[in-house]
Amino acid sequence: MIEIKNLTKRFGDTLVWEDVSFDIQDGETMAVIGRSGCGKSVLMKHLNALLYPEEGEVLIDGKCVFELSYTELRKVRQRFGILFQGGALFDSISTFENIAFPLRYFTEQGEDEITHNVQEALGMVGLEEAAEKSTAELSGGMRKRVGLARAIILKPDYLLYDEPTSGLDPKTSEEINELIVTMADSLDITSVVITHDMHSVLAISEKVAFLDEQKLSWFGKTNDMKHSDNKNLLEFISASEYQIK
Amino acid sequence: MISNFPGSAGIQQFGHYAKLLYQALRSSTEFSTYRKNLFQEFIKVGYESIPIIFLVGIFTGAVLTLQTAYQLDTDIYPSTIIGSIVAQSIVIELAAVISALVLAGKVGARISTELGTMRVSEQIDALESMGFNSVSFLVVPRIIAGLLMFPILYVTAAVFGILGGITAGAVDGILPAAEFMEGARAFFFESDIIFGFIKSIVFGFVITSIACFKGYNAFGGAEGVGNATTQATVLSCIFVLLSDFALAAILL
Repeated sequence: MIEIKNLTKRFGDTLVWEDVSFDIQDGETMAVIGRSGCGKSVLMKHLNALLYPEEGEVLIDGKCVFELSYTELRKVRQRFGILFQGGALFDSISTFENIAFPLRYFTEQGEDEITHNVQEALGMVGLEEAAEKSTAELSGGMRKRVGLARAIILKPDYLLYDEPTSGLDPKTSEEINELIVTMADSLDITSVVITHDMHSVLAISEKVAFLDEQKLSWFGKTNDMKHSDNKNLLEFISASEYQIK
Repeated sequence: MISNFPGSAGIQQFGHYAKLLYQALRSSTEFSTYRKNLFQEFIKVGYESIPIIFLVGIFTGAVLTLQTAYQLDTDIYPSTIIGSIVAQSIVIELAAVISALVLAGKVGARISTELGTMRVSEQIDALESMGFNSVSFLVVPRIIAGLLMFPILYVTAAVFGILGGITAGAVDGILPAAEFMEGARAFFFESDIIFGFIKSIVFGFVITSIACFKGYNAFGGAEGVGNATTQATVLSCIFVLLSDFALAAILL
């Protein structure tokens, strides 16, 4: 379980958000939504202490990640898989090596086992044929799939998605959404999805956290959004392609 | 407030630079993390720089020989003095400094661009999020390669510099190779080579550490990477010259 308690973040004199608190239960899929620049990705990077806040805590199974030693933190980070916005693939190595990368450094697996696991991960994201391609040959959607394959290769407890459908066509976005649901179901993973794509939110998430006006403006079940009296949330939703029915 | 007085930004930058070096020092024990990258960096910093160092050495030695002959009246001085001046200038100063200024552009710019691109495309975040120590993985092997490869490149530049001087002297009819070498040997001190070695180690550290610092902390997309690379190259050149002066004042 991830508990976010009274988190406040500033960059210099600029307040990103303050006093953000909510919980993410094991096994659930949560969407963090909000306008561009509201600090969704910044919030995500606090979950495994890639960024540190000015105030507040993030507790993973009761331990605050900001108080861990670097050695302890690295172990906690290995419990997370992250799909970054652009994939964040290492462009000096092939697709196969990108996915095999964590296995080579953090496991004792032999070459046969690594090959098997990489192929299995590529199979899960529907890219069995892409193993030997260079990352420069991959399309935007393929890069995200490969990034996802790399994110799940160490079988993490938590999977974080940073704008998984941004820049993709509607059909590919739909496929990525289906993948997120499949991952959550088949791997029994706790997922946090940073997005402003309301189609994604409806398709994949059970709960929603809405960041607005430098604070957590609304938090609740996805199905309850339409009953919300939060004017900004309703405006945000109706401004997207999704219309509340 | 510390952020309000003149020069505070520079002090803050130096603080961040010192912190990165401290992290790199602490991470240098994680040999298994950077072993593979270290050998790649030996190739990139050392082996792949040999062609440009060869050219720098040859032409520096050749031009220095022609200019020394032009400036000295060899009816007054023996012609062997040209070999003495050229060889000693190359060994003490030019092989190390000119090579370092060229390598600030070649090696420093490559390192800052590589790391800067990795930073802005979130590849460094990806490494950290997997549980890697990104400083150990990316910074440590580059600095070690600088410390170990720059002395080798210095020797290469010095050897080719003297060869360039001998060749230019012989081809231009200024002095035969034997006289050049006689002059070079007359004023050869082992301490000069040690001095050159020390300089090249310091320059290797200055160039790779500044490039790593600027690249590792780049931000703001392609423009940010460009700025980081420019700053790394300019700062490296400035600190090469400053440290050259400081070492001369201390060691000579």
